[in-house]
Order: sequence, then structure tokens, then C-alpha cells
Amino acid sequence: MKIALFASAAVITLVAFGSNAALAQSRDTIQVAGSSTVLPFASIVAEEFGAAFPEFNTPVVGSGGTGGGFSQFCEGIGDNTIDIANASRPIKDGEREACNQSGVTDIREIQFGFDGIVFASAASGPDFALTPVQVYKAIAAQVVVDGELVDNPYKSWSEVDASLPDQPIALAVPASNHGTREVFQERVVGAGCEEAGLPEGLSEDEAESACSTLRQDVVTEISGDYTETLARLNSDKNTVGVFGLSFYEQNTDTLKVATIDGVVPSKETVAAGDYPVSRPLYFYVKGQHIGVIPGLQEFVQFFLSEGMAGEGGTLEAAGLIPQPTEKTDEVLAAFEAGAAE
Amino acid sequence: MTDTLSTTRSASQERTKAIRAGLRRRHMSEAIFKGLGLAAIILALGFVALLFVDVVRRGLPAFTQSNLHLAVTYDPEIIDIEPAPVMVPGQSEADFRAANLKWQRDLAMLNWNKVIEASLRAAAPAGFEIESREILSIAETNARHEVRAMFVDDPGLLGQTVEVDLLASANADNWIKGNIDRSLGDAQQQLSAPARQLIDIFVENGTISTGFAWAIFTNVDSRAAPASAGLLGALVGTLYMMLIVIVLAVPIGVASAIYLEEFAPKSRLTDFIEVNINNLAAVPSIVFGLLGAAVFINYLHLPISAPIVGGLVLTLMTLPTIIIATRGALLGVSPALRQAALGMGASKTQMVFHHVLPVTFPSILTATILGVAHALGETAPLLLIGMKAFVAQVPATPFDQATALPVQIYLWQGNENRNFFEPRTAAAIIVLLAVMICLNGIAIYLRSRLEKRA
Repeated sequence: MKIALFASAAVITLVAFGSNAALAQSRDTIQVAGSSTVLPFASIVAEEFGAAFPEFNTPVVGSGGTGGGFSQFCEGIGDNTIDIANASRPIKDGEREACNQSGVTDIREIQFGFDGIVFASAASGPDFALTPVQVYKAIAAQVVVDGELVDNPYKSWSEVDASLPDQPIALAVPASNHGTREVFQERVVGAGCEEAGLPEGLSEDEAESACSTLRQDVVTEISGDYTETLARLNSDKNTVGVFGLSFYEQNTDTLKVATIDGVVPSKETVAAGDYPVSRPLYFYVKGQHIGVIPGLQEFVQFFLSEGMAGEGGTLEAAGLIPQPTEKTDEVLAAFEAGAAE
Repeated sequence: MTDTLSTTRSASQERTKAIRAGLRRRHMSEAIFKGLGLAAIILALGFVALLFVDVVRRGLPAFTQSNLHLAVTYDPEIIDIEPAPVMVPGQSEADFRAANLKWQRDLAMLNWNKVIEASLRAAAPAGFEIESREILSIAETNARHEVRAMFVDDPGLLGQTVEVDLLASANADNWIKGNIDRSLGDAQQQLSAPARQLIDIFVENGTISTGFAWAIFTNVDSRAAPASAGLLGALVGTLYMMLIVIVLAVPIGVASAIYLEEFAPKSRLTDFIEVNINNLAAVPSIVFGLLGAAVFINYLHLPISAPIVGGLVLTLMTLPTIIIATRGALLGVSPALRQAALGMGASKTQMVFHHVLPVTFPSILTATILGVAHALGETAPLLLIGMKAFVAQVPATPFDQATALPVQIYLWQGNENRNFFEPRTAAAIIVLLAVMICLNGIAIYLRSRLEKRA
């Protein structure tokens, strides 16, 4: 037993020394975190990068949502902070400030493509043909009835609009840690609210809250991944879920997509700008880590290359909607020039 | 006289009656308690059985996988590249390595999908009409890397045809297994109609066959090529963490328990420490994760997503369990043993280490293994120290990024390709359960052996 104790004491010392040695040597694997919408794309590029560049390690890609990614990204600079934050919305001023305060001053924005946001329901259920106004009316906490702002009285979709199926309203939306939520709020609920119109005489704050507050009885906020939304759809067939287009396309056997303003979401309609609810996808690179973490610059170039994010590239097969080549060239030039933004 | 006699008799009859009634009540409550206990056990076993049956039913199909047997031709027209660099006399090691690296990179830039497509077309019936994107969707996307890696290993393959075993794509596997309802229309299928037709032809002519899914044990996680996703990285990450837990938690835990129980004076301070250890054992594991992120990553600057941090966090979590169990075991040793040892002139240290501790080995061992098994299945604290990242490499040291088995289950559960990853998640759960059962089995075996010896 004595020997065992001595041996373990020796091992502890060794571990302590080992950790010191590891601290002295700089990290040689790129570390990425953030948006779960971008995660599949970033992971695929990471794997391909590891396969194409034998001299670099395969980057590690974490999730946590766009907001979670930025809070990790803005913790500071150095080995134990991430190099790239994935985002499904642009960085906010507040986040940029937090970054600057902790010394992250060189933030380079990379836009690499588009994603559509779709409403999907169980494949066995009825078809949905939605408009932003209908969605707003179905899920806003207060809606206008006879010129007055009252608590939302609608129970089923057919009450909102006679063209919709007679099915109880239930909507699963991403929680606010997801960038998808912001786009949903702005492009669907906000747009619907504007179109529906609010009564006169509301202050700006009141109007904004009337346009953005969702009712809690029929709306479920999902903070996890899209699989969690899918699980909710499977347990309650009446639920309509908000998904990324790429997720829907991989699960067409269980999901049925709703049209928005009569447009069926697809790569083509999003790329052409016909489908109204789409957003650009980004990742943000910590400029101060370029040249410190090996392969960071090459990773960004590889990500934007024709074979990855370009038309007909690997990411398109995984559901990304490529952006025009000119845009990619512009982004890449800005990145290489080192211009923040 | 008769009067008193009859009263006593009736009194005793009364008494017997009361006793009988009481007895019946006591028997009844005993029977009820037994019945409830039995029902509880049956209920618990029923749930365990339900869980096992469900997981096994879902997971077993994932242990087999569709493989493609192709004759791959390294066509010089597609692989248009200079011969691999050879080391010439006078060339420095670094120069040669640079030249070799450049050659490998040039090789990676070639369109290896053309090689795969050609061999798939060669296996298809003559004149079968199918687009290249559709035919490529049958093979997993890592096929081109596999074929290239073979070429890197042996550049002499140029112009030759070799038999290669590749993985069929996840969607092809879904189609063959019927994970996606085969009667659904084109719009709801992942593969196009000609691709599905060709897969069925391949299954018939033996180009595609089903075999054991070794990928689960020999590969790391993959998103680009889902069919090749495996648990190797997570297994190694878990192994590192368990090693760290055993190396740190057992000596520290046992030593503190011995000190507290045998040497420390009974004072307010030791009482306070004892209360705290008991409280620590009841702290939710996610709190240890927060602590780990704050102390080990932000303050001590240990790497994120690394098993070293995971191991340290799980050590903190396991320590109280081991301390409490060891103290319990030490308390259970009869005072006669101690007094006898002291009476023979042994010092206190000798008494503890030579006589008391060996008796407690079986209990300490069991507590340790159960503690480690608990740590093995722990997920929540790992999520907070960045271990839920996608890692496509086997960690070489505990300082490299890695995932762990339970986290891998969590990650696969969230994968977009539900039809393929639902069974594979269940398969990962089976692997985790198997490891746990093995650990518990070892605990029981060692305990019974040591108890016999003691």
C-alpha cells in the first residue's frame, strides 16, 4: 500500500509537470464554436481540411448557438480561447464591444453562403400555405381585433385564416440563443406585424413589444438542436416547427414543408431571392490568432474555395446555398487584407 | 367461586381474541409490506428490461453496415501527377519532407471522385443510365480519401486495378435497411430513383454486401461521411479521463479518509470538514462543470475540450464518494483488531496500514469502481468544459481535444441525418452500457476474491 501511495504521488507530480509542459507549447489545433446551423458545414470543412492538408490537425468544432459562440469568442485572446465563432446572424454592437474590452480587437467577418428558414409539420398532416401575417396573428401575444389590441383569441389555424387547416395552433421556435430566432422574429413576425398594422396612438416601445412578444400558451421555445424540435413534432402531430432548410432536406420522409407567400422553399428559390425567409451565414475569425494557431489562414481560404462553399461544392451537397462567386472573392480579399469587417 | 372462574375464563378468552385480532393485523401488514416490496422490484426490473429491450432493438441493426466491393482502377489519365519524390543523395531531410508534402497536397487536389465514379460504373450493368452526382451518392464521401490514401502508401498502383472494400453511403444504407419507408415517393426519398434502382442491383449482384460495422470501433466521428462515423475518438477520450480519475481520486480519496478517520483529532474543524464532504457528494454534477470551466480553463489555462480537464472535474466529483465509502469501511473494522495490533506494540501507522486497511480493501475497491463507473456516464459537466465539440481525430495525449462516450451519444442524437444516426446512437448506448457492465462485473469479481482472502 505504501508503494502504491508513493507511486501515485509520483504520478501526480508527473501530471503536474506534464501540464506545465503543455502550457508552454502553443495549441496546434484550430478551435471553432457557435451556431448549430453552421455547425454541420464547419464540421464538414474541418474534416476535409484535415484530409487535404496532411501537415495540419483537423479543426475541432463546437456548438452552443450563435450567442454562445460569441461569448466564448470574446473571452479574450490566447490558447484557451476559440479562434473562430460560427454565426447565423451578424455580430451585434454589444458583442463587438465585449470583444474589444477583453482585447479581441481584430475580428474578421466571413460570409460564406445562405440558409433558408422553413416551417415544417408532420408529413402525415395537412398542407400549410402560410404568409407572415398569418404566422404573426397565430402567435403574437396581442393582436388587433376590430381596431383594438386584445389578447390573442385564436385557437386553431382556421380561425386565423379560413384557407388554413382546422388544426390547433402549436409552434416550436428556436430559443433566443439561436441566430435563427432573430431572423424568424424579424423576417416573419416583424414583417407580418407591419403588414397587419397596429392601431394608432401606440408609443414606439409599445408598438415594438406588440410586434415582438409571442404568446406562451402555443409557442414552445427550443434551446437545443433541430432534432429536439423534430422530437416535439413527433410527440405532438399538431406542432409546426421552425427548421433550417438543410435540416428539412435531410428529413423529407418525416417532415412536410409549408410554403411562404406561395413560394416553396428550396435551394433555387432561396438563391434567387424568391423565398422571403433566408439569411446569410457567417463565421468570425480572430485576427490576432492568425499566424499563431497553425493553419488558420489556410482553413479560411479552404472554406471559401470552389470545392467547398462554391457552386457544386461539398457544402452545397450538404444543404448550403452558395453565394455568388464575386461576393466570395470580395469577402476573401477583405479577410486577407486584414480589414476588420 | 364459579363466578370468578367464569370471569377469568371469559377474560382470558377476551385476551386471546384480542391477541388473535392483533396477530391477524400484524400478519396482514407483513403481507402487504412484502407485496409492495415485490411489486416495487418487479416494476423496477420491468423498466430496466424495457429500456434494454428498446435500446437493443433499435441499436442492433446499426452493428451491421452495407459495404461496397469495387475494382478500383488508378487511371493515369485521371491521376495526372508527377511520380512521388524520392530522396536523392545530398538532399536534406527537411527538403525531402517539403517535397513530399507538396506532392501529397497536389494529390489531394485531384478529382478522386472520378476514380470512384468510374469503378461504380464498371460495376453497374452495361448501359445503365445515371448521372454522376446520383451514382456518387451510393458510395460514402470518404471513399475518395480512402482510395487516395492507398495511393499515397503505394504510388506503384498507378495504372493498376485493385479490389477495394469501401463503405456504402449512409443514405444507401438507409435505403437497404428500410430506415426510410421504401414505399414513399421520390420527393420524400433522399436518393434519386435511378440510384435506388442501382443499389438494389448492386445488392443482388454482390457488389454491396452487409457486414459487421467495424467503423463504429475503428473510426472517429465524422459528419462529412456519416457512414464512417465511429466511437474510437470518444473511447480513447473516455479512457484518458478514467485513468486520470483513478490515478488522482483513489490515492487522494483513500489518504484523506484514513487521515480523517484514524489520525485527525475529533474537533469542530474535522466535524466541519466532514459535513462539507457529505455536502460535496450531493452537489449536482453540472456545478462541478462550472467550477472546472472557471478554475481549470479560465484560471489555470488548461486547454478546452481536453480529457485532462474532464478527468480533473470528474475527479472532484468522485472524491467525496470515495472518501465517504472508505471512512465507512474503516469504521466497520472491529476495535478488537486495532487494540490487538496496538497491544502487540505496533505503531499507529503500522496498525492502520498493516492491519486495518487490508481488511477494508474489498469495500474501497467496490466504492472506487462504482465511483468510476458513475463518472464514466457523466455528461453534464463535460458539456460546460467544451467537450461537446466535433472532434475528428483520436487524441494522442490527454491534452488534445476529445469527446467522451456519453457526449458522443448526445452529439449523434443531434445529428441531422436522423434515419442513419438514430440506430447508431442506440448502438453507442449499447457500447457504453457494455463498458459499464464490464466495470461492475470486475468490481463484483474482485470483491468476492478479496473477501475470500481476507
